[in-house]
Amino acid sequence: MHIIVCISNVPDTTTKVKFSSENTSFDDSGVQWIINPWDELALTRAMELKEDTSNAVSNVTVVTVGPAGAEPTLRKALAIGADDAIRVDSETGDAHFVAAQLASVIKNGEFDVILCGIESSDYNGSAVGGMVSEMLDIPSVSAISGLRIDNGEVLITRDIDGGREEVSVPAPFVGVVQKGIAKEPRIAAMRGIMMARKKPLQVVPVVEAEKLTTYQEYVMPEPKAPCKMIEADNVKELVNLLQNEAKVL
Amino acid sequence: MSVLVYTENWDGKFKKLSYELVSYASAVAGMIGGSVTALSIGNVQQDELSKLGAYGATSVLNVDGAPEGLDNQVYTSIIAAAMEKTGAKVLVMAQNNTGKAIAPRLSVRLKAGLAAGVTALPESANPLVVLKKVFSGKAFAKVKILSDSAVLTLAQNSFEIAETGGSASVESFDPGVDVAGAKTTIKDVQKQEGKLLLSDAEVVISGGRGMKSSDNWGPIEELAEVLEAATACSRPVSDEGWRPHEEHTGQTGKIIAPNLYFAFGISGAIQHLAGVSSSKCIVAVNTDKDAPIFEAADYGIVGDALKVLPELITEIKAARAQ
Ligand SMILES: Cc1cc2nc3c(=O)[nH]c(=O)nc-3n(C[C@H](O)[C@H](O)[C@H](O)COP(=O)(O)OP(=O)(O)OC[C@H]3O[C@@H](n4cnc5c(N)ncnc54)[C@H](O)[C@@H]3O)c2cc1C
Repeated sequence: MHIIVCISNVPDTTTKVKFSSENTSFDDSGVQWIINPWDELALTRAMELKEDTSNAVSNVTVVTVGPAGAEPTLRKALAIGADDAIRVDSETGDAHFVAAQLASVIKNGEFDVILCGIESSDYNGSAVGGMVSEMLDIPSVSAISGLRIDNGEVLITRDIDGGREEVSVPAPFVGVVQKGIAKEPRIAAMRGIMMARKKPLQVVPVVEAEKLTTYQEYVMPEPKAPCKMIEADNVKELVNLLQNEAKVL
Repeated sequence: MSVLVYTENWDGKFKKLSYELVSYASAVAGMIGGSVTALSIGNVQQDELSKLGAYGATSVLNVDGAPEGLDNQVYTSIIAAAMEKTGAKVLVMAQNNTGKAIAPRLSVRLKAGLAAGVTALPESANPLVVLKKVFSGKAFAKVKILSDSAVLTLAQNSFEIAETGGSASVESFDPGVDVAGAKTTIKDVQKQEGKLLLSDAEVVISGGRGMKSSDNWGPIEELAEVLEAATACSRPVSDEGWRPHEEHTGQTGKIIAPNLYFAFGISGAIQHLAGVSSSKCIVAVNTDKDAPIFEAADYGIVGDALKVLPELITEIKAARAQ
């Protein structure tokens, strides 16, 4: 079984977001880049599955669509344990464009399980995984919080309203993963970092694809009014304010 | 230019979310010109279906006999067939589990630009420009749709329900989709019965590491009961196993927008706020007056959550009794 994990290179989640060119582009000066948190969990789970040899996972590949500046993030994924990496050489476009690049890479390989995160922490699109599956005309399962292999069959736990389901779909399929898929993201060890340098990282050119959306402008949220403080021994006043001022009780 | 809205039902009943979606679709139709058709899949009674008219749908397409459980490909085909039948240019869905699973597939199938997690009415109708959150709520972006058609998924609780008092004709619709060809096999379903869903709750009571131990959740649950609220927690609390992972809110957990959010012993890390900052009113109780949660909160108490909670329960009960 061959797993491919789609990796989005995103600003660290604590980044103070700024925009430039009259609020039309994200200002990435001084930004630390990380593996998108859900993608990191997907990769972690892929490695766990591979390490249990009874699962017969032969290979874990990681792929990203981005400029050369995204390579340290791919190396990080290799350091965590992925066997090889692919970078589609592109200044990223919209979700549809990115998905088309990934679909092209996946079509040219022999992958059984394609994993994506539920969203990227920058543009919060929740789009790429589903789009890739539709472009490849293969099944997809979303909101995945568990993934295991039982006798060669991939069993998926997905969250539904008020509970969860265990489902299966025939491979190849796209799994869109969220919290719960792995407990903690795996951190690369020194040995992994050393080994990552020698692992194959292939750069492939973009394929032609359409953009269906564009980000026209960014807007910062309105600053909010300061918090009204209430004394700890005056809980009655809090209830009064919630009832009569905020009118939420 | 008509609008199609996919309305989810739960065991044959619509919920606030469904009405929110139809209200939004109807306002969008008002802007771009055209009417709203609602699509419903599954076993829903006629009188329930026609309720959608009150929120602006002029017709309702009803697909009976959908597969049990969600098969993304089958649902995509059904909704695409309804788009074709109505000639709609805009599809409105919810930005929830179902919407996230299907909207991207529809975007590709229909060659329709997807704006996910839209928070307001379009800024302009032609070209279609919509506002959505980016960077987990740290900013908003205006997304311009470049294609002829669009798929918009609406962020939860971001649009007020508007009753127009209209009525809708109900028509049963055969999408011509091979439902038996569904590739998703449902092996097991586990539902928590009788529990209010976090994403549905108007009031949410949340606890962080400041609650000290799982043994201290009694008053949080009691307060939730008094207020008919759902319970939530910060990530370390679910990581520790003090609470189930379904309760974890924040950037990597659930994103919620209730009317009222109580944060007890939660520091207010940026990743936590990413999941709760759209709440209408935030109340924070924290022993540290400099905790960042107070920058996001509307009302705050510097104090011990374990002491404040029982008093709060008593005071709310007293206020309610009046
Ligand atoms: C990539 C990434 C993603 C993340 N995603 C999330 C996420 O989705 N959700 C999330 O919540 N976190 C997330 N985190 C973790 C986040 O950074 C914080 O570590 C976490 O939110 C802190 O949880 P907490 O406020 O419960 O605990 P702490 O930070 O330990 O804060 C506990 C608070 O309780 C107060 N306190 C202590 N005792 C009392 C008392 N008796 N009464 C009242 N107050 C008391 C303290 O003053 C303190 O402010 C993420 C982190 C990373 C790096």
